[in-house]
Amino acid sequence: MSTTPSKRRRALAAVGAIGTTMALLLAGCGARASDDTAQAGSSAAASCVDTSGSTIKLGFLNSLTGGMAISEKTVSNVLHMAADEINASGGILGKKIQYVQEDGATDWPTFAEKTDKLLTQDCVAAIFGGWTSSSRKAVKPVVEKRNGLFFYPVQYEGLESSPNIYYTGATTNQQIIPAMDFLAAKGVKTLFLAGSDYVFPRTANAIIKLYAAKLGIKIVGEEYVPLDKDDWTSQVAKIAAAKPDFIFNTINGSSNVGFIKAYYDAGLTPAKTPIISVSIAEEEAPAMGHAVTGNYASWNYFQSLKTDTNPKFIQSWKAYPNSSGVTSDPMEAAYISLYLYKELVEAAGSFDVNAVNAAAKSKTITFDAPEGKVTLDGKNHHISKPGHIGQINANNQFDIVWASDKFIEPDPYLEGYDWFPAAIRKQLVGAAG
Amino acid sequence: MTKLKPWISLSGIGVFAVLLLVIAPLVLSDHWLNNVGKYCCWAIAAVGIGFAWGRGGMLVMGQGVFFALGAYSMAMHLTLETAGDQVPGFMVLYDPLAPLPAFWEPFRSTGFTLLAIVLLPVVVAGILGYALFKRRVKGAYFAILTQALAVALATLISSTIRETGGDTGLSDFKYFFGFVLNDPANKVMVYSIAAALLIVCLLAVWQFYRSRFGELLVATRDAEERVRFLGYDPANVKLVAFVVSALMASIGGAMFVPIVGIITPAEIGAAASILMIAGVALGGRASLFGPALGAMAVGWGQSSLGSTWPDGWTYVLGLLFIVVILFLPQGLSSLPARFAALRRRPTVQPTPAIAAAQLEEVRS
Repeated sequence: MSTTPSKRRRALAAVGAIGTTMALLLAGCGARASDDTAQAGSSAAASCVDTSGSTIKLGFLNSLTGGMAISEKTVSNVLHMAADEINASGGILGKKIQYVQEDGATDWPTFAEKTDKLLTQDCVAAIFGGWTSSSRKAVKPVVEKRNGLFFYPVQYEGLESSPNIYYTGATTNQQIIPAMDFLAAKGVKTLFLAGSDYVFPRTANAIIKLYAAKLGIKIVGEEYVPLDKDDWTSQVAKIAAAKPDFIFNTINGSSNVGFIKAYYDAGLTPAKTPIISVSIAEEEAPAMGHAVTGNYASWNYFQSLKTDTNPKFIQSWKAYPNSSGVTSDPMEAAYISLYLYKELVEAAGSFDVNAVNAAAKSKTITFDAPEGKVTLDGKNHHISKPGHIGQINANNQFDIVWASDKFIEPDPYLEGYDWFPAAIRKQLVGAAG
Repeated sequence: MTKLKPWISLSGIGVFAVLLLVIAPLVLSDHWLNNVGKYCCWAIAAVGIGFAWGRGGMLVMGQGVFFALGAYSMAMHLTLETAGDQVPGFMVLYDPLAPLPAFWEPFRSTGFTLLAIVLLPVVVAGILGYALFKRRVKGAYFAILTQALAVALATLISSTIRETGGDTGLSDFKYFFGFVLNDPANKVMVYSIAAALLIVCLLAVWQFYRSRFGELLVATRDAEERVRFLGYDPANVKLVAFVVSALMASIGGAMFVPIVGIITPAEIGAAASILMIAGVALGGRASLFGPALGAMAVGWGQSSLGSTWPDGWTYVLGLLFIVVILFLPQGLSSLPARFAALRRRPTVQPTPAIAAAQLEEVRS
């Protein structure tokens, strides 16, 4: 079949028509970067949250499938428990919580899509969840665009703030810096950094290197393995060769199992080359395949913590359906996040995002958490936390070997630390807007 | 499958264009319009796969590579546009003092970015295709090789976090060539560009199918040696189809970025590349509309079934895939023709297209 000229002309005409349509579309468009008013005007999309009924909709966004499901299912489950507790005691502003559970599927674009869905289709008043910093970075532009609220429950690398995100996990000065102070006090001279290859470990290690220089600790090596890879053999061989006093472990998720296996296979022991981790908690310790007794972890909450509120929290969790039986820092922070939202809304007297943010700034918001009484910093949307270092005992629980003398105020941009370059802080704060 | 008359296909494209460009923006909420925009990007890549695989017989299992070339070119430009004269924020996080990598620099220019989206896949697919087809690499070897490339590129991007954003990807774009991305009117514009590009790709493929080249491509698929004896070089024919499909994947990737607002290695790796193929197979690889509609259906399934049934939806997709491959090898779009053939069976012989398809099944 050959193409006749008339047919070809018709095809060309069709392409031309499409081109014209596109040109018209481009011409009839909205704001350009040069319009100063554009950004302010566009972000104020009308909220569709329904506050007229006897219930209020909230969104829970956790990876129920994929590699992070093992950790995030627990967060999802504890959020359900907190919602049940709040509903049993009268709800938020007298309204019962009706939650919409979404799956982030360990895929960052999915987190972005589901955030948009929760805010615009389900019209939830706030979203709770996320685990990896990558998921939070995917959610951030969406909640900012839609002027929604996102409560993030996991310790992270700091250097971030958003009017639309509340952080109930530790920032660097509440977990990493206390860990470094602990190592310096122990007389550690050489340190090896091992981490997963994504935002949190990379950024945390950049900060660790800056602080180590100040403390006089020498970094003798730095190795990364992708989140979904378990083989640490060649990297651990480098650790064994470098003979550091301590290993700083920022590996996340199941990759830790491979790391611990390689660690013992290489003949390393907690007695000679101990590990300090920031992602191994009560949940993970028994799943390492080896006894990890003697190694350390830096967290704000441990199940072994003696506070007035902790025994009840542990008891409720053990009794909750499908619970893992042990409590840990990230799930405790998730538990805090829902209660903190309740306190915020009740202080504001409204579910409106701007009213909630205004209440955060003008009022003192506190919650008697299992880790102690935490206070919200209304300016940076983080909470005060006690610093703790625990050593793993034979029962895979943590013996607390160090505690901060008071609650540490959150300082996400490390403004109280002169070793952090001011020019970089300025640039990051500027980028955050 | 019976061949439709050209004007029927053309009016089909017209109806599709009206649905996507006029009806969809009027009836869909901006959340769903954005989702349909995303499906359009996958559909653009799928049209290319339909061309190379359905018509050309090349099982391109690594279209994620070309999707990535377009997507990352666009993402680097939008990241730099957002950062202004500063180093992008994510780079500062990992190494506070290092400068912008040299290969990022040209992506500041709008012209260079648009050229890169078009030329990079053409050059890469051109060199790759030339080397493979001239050596007569085909079948499973070709499929495995392209798949391996997608895995390799995803791994490379994951392991170069400071240069490419790594596993976390590139996100948080504020502007699209000077337009504020948060403005709903601009989101509709970006959607419309993607939808229009899909229509343009369908028209291009429609034109190809009717041309002598299209006939030659099908001939190469079904009897490569005979084509060679007739004096044509099958390598050149396949090369053109491969390059066209790479270009379409790149365009799809480039539009994916402003619509979805984030690109990560997971969207271009092995699983993503196979999902692109799955949509094409479901819809019907050799038909005009099958690949695009199949890709959009898979995208829709991911958004809606993935929400209501997170654990189960991938099984549904897998099952559907098996059923289609077993009972409907020409995809869902061959259903009407099958019914028609059933009704006419006593009087009509199988059409040449069905005979060719059956021949291909026997051989593959």
